[in-house]
Amino acid sequence: MSLRLFVSRDAGAIAVGADQVALALEQAAAGRGIAVEIVRTGSRGMYWLEPLVEVATPQGRIAFGPVTEADVPSLLDALASNTPHLLRLGATDEIPWLKRQTRLTFARCGVIDPRSLDDYRAHGGYKGLERALSLGSDAILNEVTASGLRGRGGAGFPTGIKWKTVTQAKADRKFIVCNADEGDSGTFADRMIMEGDPFLVIEGMTIAGITVGATKGYIYIRSEYPHAVEAMNAAIRAAKRGGYLGDKIGGSTHSFDLEVRVGAGAYVCGEETSLLESLEGRRGIVRAKPPLPAHHGLFGKPTVINNVLSFAAVPFILAEGANAYADFGMGRSRGTMPIQLAGNIRYGGLYETAFGVTLGELVDDIGGGTFTGRPVRAVQVGGPLGAYFPRALFDTPFDYEAFAARDGLIGHGGIVVFDDSVDMRRQARFAMEFCAVESCGKCTPCRIGSTRGVETIEKIINGERVHENIALVEDLCNTMKFGSLCALGGFTPYPVLSALKHFREDFIPAPTTLQAAE
Amino acid sequence: MTAVFEPWNETRGAEIIAEHANQEGATLVILHALQEAFGYVPEAAIPMVAQALNLSRAEVHGVFTFYHDFRHKPAGRHVLKLCRAEACQAAGGDALAARAEAKLGVSLGNTTADDRVTLEPIYCLGLCATAPSAMLDGRLIGRLDQKRLDALIVEAQR
Repeated sequence: MSLRLFVSRDAGAIAVGADQVALALEQAAAGRGIAVEIVRTGSRGMYWLEPLVEVATPQGRIAFGPVTEADVPSLLDALASNTPHLLRLGATDEIPWLKRQTRLTFARCGVIDPRSLDDYRAHGGYKGLERALSLGSDAILNEVTASGLRGRGGAGFPTGIKWKTVTQAKADRKFIVCNADEGDSGTFADRMIMEGDPFLVIEGMTIAGITVGATKGYIYIRSEYPHAVEAMNAAIRAAKRGGYLGDKIGGSTHSFDLEVRVGAGAYVCGEETSLLESLEGRRGIVRAKPPLPAHHGLFGKPTVINNVLSFAAVPFILAEGANAYADFGMGRSRGTMPIQLAGNIRYGGLYETAFGVTLGELVDDIGGGTFTGRPVRAVQVGGPLGAYFPRALFDTPFDYEAFAARDGLIGHGGIVVFDDSVDMRRQARFAMEFCAVESCGKCTPCRIGSTRGVETIEKIINGERVHENIALVEDLCNTMKFGSLCALGGFTPYPVLSALKHFREDFIPAPTTLQAAE
Repeated sequence: MTAVFEPWNETRGAEIIAEHANQEGATLVILHALQEAFGYVPEAAIPMVAQALNLSRAEVHGVFTFYHDFRHKPAGRHVLKLCRAEACQAAGGDALAARAEAKLGVSLGNTTADDRVTLEPIYCLGLCATAPSAMLDGRLIGRLDQKRLDALIVEAQR
């Protein structure tokens, strides 16, 4: 008999030993004379179960995990003799954490071989592009607009409107740029999809290209993601060989080519205009807007710049129709959001679901609380520029507007959980420190405000004129919020002000026992 | 595995620059390629890049200094990066960073006196569901704890 096994090649799985497990499986199988084929997939996103090993059976895939090298011999014996094993989790698709999700963007992630164009096509890949080619530009714009898709990088700008602006712009050259500078702590969805389903990103960008009339695209990936860089480059080569990039893509008259560019460790390059500067080979200094990148973007040409997840949502919308996507969600937040559960969390990973799920469900119910077993005290939603929410706000639904109404943001969908050992003064100081280190330096509120912020919070920590200094920090935050050029200086106040507002007790020293009046 | 770099050589440097100079917006591409070859971006390469791209030395220097990744001198034989961003802070990263600093006798951002280990902070490896995380010479490590960290430090000091 021959066994077909699946082990993730996702960086998160490799970091906890997936490569060693795959190697051990191969060696142990050879030693036992069992024929095995090991397919290296992306991750299913259930990181507490990584390294996850799946086996193909006539009833679908059966999962085992978390598997260590030491478990490999007994696992292989159980698989070969079809006997029970302690790590058996049952059918992968029936694992409740996975089953409860609505995976539109991540449908293939963890399932297919990310290096195989054939596998991608066999699982519905390139259906979106085929339909897009038959529809033409106007109809594609209608679909993307009707789907209600909003920029998944954090700003939430309607993707259809952005694309339409670039379509209408007149220029000799236009560009498609994918922002894969996923620098927010607590987020890894871009990395996962690039490593686990890279053709999806290529397909989304290609659809954007034929829609707006661009023939060249760049994927700007942060240097901290070497595995994603490798996966995207391999997929681009395969897509070129398969006729899906280059001249006459998919047998049409359209040309589209892609290139990966690697960042160099600057967080601010996740801001779109800074990213464009960096792509042009300059310091990542933020540009003032207007002009918008849609009119005056890369090399001064009209440019669609979207996040990885925005492009990755598009093939589904084209393949299944705008309504199939827009039927999910709430209010003006349509479709699904790949939410990332991170930090001190028991069941951390990638959870794609329709907008509207509450923060409490995500953290307590789905995430299972903290892995330290201590009570959850604070969660930071939306990366280093996102607000800290206390349990009292756990009824907030995951929705752009609902978070904004509570002085927060969903950003790129990352949720970082902290237990009751967290000192919110330190988190507030860190937010300012991070901004000071990463500020591009162009505007004063961000460049100088962040440094003054660190100093003033330091004084609060040291107990110097606490109330006056808190008032000063609040005033400073106001200046940064309304006076900064981009979201780095403009949103750093979110974590600081939310810490001050919801966790005031950490900043005000406990009243020392009053001395009896003499 | 220790990365092996070539010693700086002007002819080789010029070759690398010429290989990438025709790309649009090539500055970062070239700086990355130089660092990949030599382990750092030698001072002598800056005017060469400037000339190849028809930029001023100040412009290239400005790009070089803007980005955290580029080194002006070689790193230690091993580079240990510890993630210091929020998700890893939430999972006990502060104590691990302090432990690494104490064990190696250097603070984050520095190299040990014997040039064996460079200890650096990194702001997010995207392994936030298996935090805290680290990277030793390009190898990723998740679910870092005291025991794993100590083993990494021993490995790095070899």
